[in-house]
Amino acid sequence: MATHKITVTVNGAAREADVESRLLLVHLLRESFRLTGTHIGCDTTHCGACTVLLDGQPVKSCTVLAVQADGREVSTVEGLERDGKLHPVQEGFWEKHGLQCGYCTPGMLMTGCALLARTKEPSEQDIREAISGNLCRCTGYVNIVQAIQYAAAKLRER
Amino acid sequence: MIPAGFDYHAPATLSEAVALLSRYGEGAKVLSGGQSLLPLLKLRLGHAEHLVDIGRIPGLEYIKEEGGMLRIGGRTRESALEQSELIRGRYPILYDTVRVIADPLVRNLATVGGNLAHGDPGNDHPATMLALGAQVVAVGPSGERVIPIDKFFLGLFTTALQPDEILTEIRVPSPPPRSGGAYVKLERKVGDYATAAAAAQVTLGANGVFDHVGLALTNVGPTPVRSQDAEDALIGKRPTDAVIAEAARRAADASSPTPDRRGSVEYKRDMARVLAGRALKQAVQRAGGQ
Repeated sequence: MATHKITVTVNGAAREADVESRLLLVHLLRESFRLTGTHIGCDTTHCGACTVLLDGQPVKSCTVLAVQADGREVSTVEGLERDGKLHPVQEGFWEKHGLQCGYCTPGMLMTGCALLARTKEPSEQDIREAISGNLCRCTGYVNIVQAIQYAAAKLRER
Repeated sequence: MIPAGFDYHAPATLSEAVALLSRYGEGAKVLSGGQSLLPLLKLRLGHAEHLVDIGRIPGLEYIKEEGGMLRIGGRTRESALEQSELIRGRYPILYDTVRVIADPLVRNLATVGGNLAHGDPGNDHPATMLALGAQVVAVGPSGERVIPIDKFFLGLFTTALQPDEILTEIRVPSPPPRSGGAYVKLERKVGDYATAAAAAQVTLGANGVFDHVGLALTNVGPTPVRSQDAEDALIGKRPTDAVIAEAARRAADASSPTPDRRGSVEYKRDMARVLAGRALKQAVQRAGGQ
C-alpha cells in the first residue's frame, strides 16, 4: 500500500507527514502531530468528541482520512487560546461551568466556535441544533448552552 | 478503529475517476463525503482495495434550477442543500429531509449523491427523491446515462449504478403551481436512522382534487417503498381526512419492515401509516389546499 506525502495547515502552521491511505485525521492529529486535545470518543461518527474545523467547518475527524485533509486547513482546540488568553468560548465554559468530566469539551468548543463565526446572535434553539452532533453525558447541556451564549455576548462586545 | 488497508486515489477529473473505477472494478469504491463509507470500512463491515475520492474533481457541487428542473450536483454537501434559499423556498420537502439527516457535523461532509448511491433503505433522500419523481445521472466509461429513480434502488445496498459509474447529478422536475411536499421522520434521537419516515409530494388541480401524488417510505423494507396503490387512491379525490387515511393505510400495507431495537414489525408498519398521513396533510397544506 502506497503512502502519501501530505501538507496540512494545522492551527495556522503548515505541517507535513507521510501517511498511509487508511490513516484517520484524528490519528494524524493525536499521534503524528501529538495534538491530543482532540479526543476519540465513540469512534463511530456519533459522539463528536473528535470534532475539528476543516476549512472552517466542524467535522468529525474520526470519519475523515488524513489524506483528504491534504492542502486544507485544520483547527483544533490547541489553536483557540491566543497570547495566553482563552478564546471567548473557552472563557464561557469556564465561567458557566460548561463541563464536568471534560471529555466532550474540545469538540463542543470547536462546534461552538464555528457557530459563532457564522451567527452573531444565535438563539437557544440555534445553539442546541448546532451541538446536536456533540454528545455530553454529564451536564444535561444546560450549562453548555449558557457557555456559548456567554461567548456570543462577549464576542459582540468586541 | 482502523480500516483494513486500501489504496487512495484523488483524480482531478471525472474521466480520470471513471478510468480508475474501470481498472479496479469491484475492488474499488467511490469516496464522496465518506460519512457512510468510512464507518463501514472502520467497522470492517465493508471492504475496498481502492478508494477513488471524487472530492477533488471540480464542478460536482451545485444547486440550480434550469430548464424546468432542479439540478443538484452529485457531490453537493447536505449542509449546502440545507443553507440554500432555493431549496427552502421552492422545495420544502427537500429542506425537511436534509434537516433530519444524521447531525449538523456529518452534514458538513455528507453528500446528496452519496446518500442515494449508498443504497441504504435507512437513508432519507431516497424516499424523497421517489416522491419527487427524480432522475439520477450516472457517468461511466461509455458516457452519461439518465436513470429514473423508480429504477434506481434494486435491493439492500444495491442500486442500478455499475461499479465503474459515478452519480454526477440529481434532477428533480420543478413543481407546477399548487404543489407542496413534506418529509416526516420518526427517530429516537438526532442522528438516528428512521424508525419510519414518509415523503409526500402533491399537486392539486384547480378544483382542489389531487392531480399528482408521489408517496414513499423510508426504512420499512429492503429498499425505499413507493406505493402506487396509495397514490392511485388519491388521484382525482379531494384531500379529506378519510381519503388521506385510506391512502396512508395502503402505503403502510406496501411496507415490509424488519424488527429491531427501533420497534416490532407491527409498530413500524403502524408508524409508517401515521407518518404517511401526516406527510400527505402537510403536503396538501403547503400546496395551498385545506
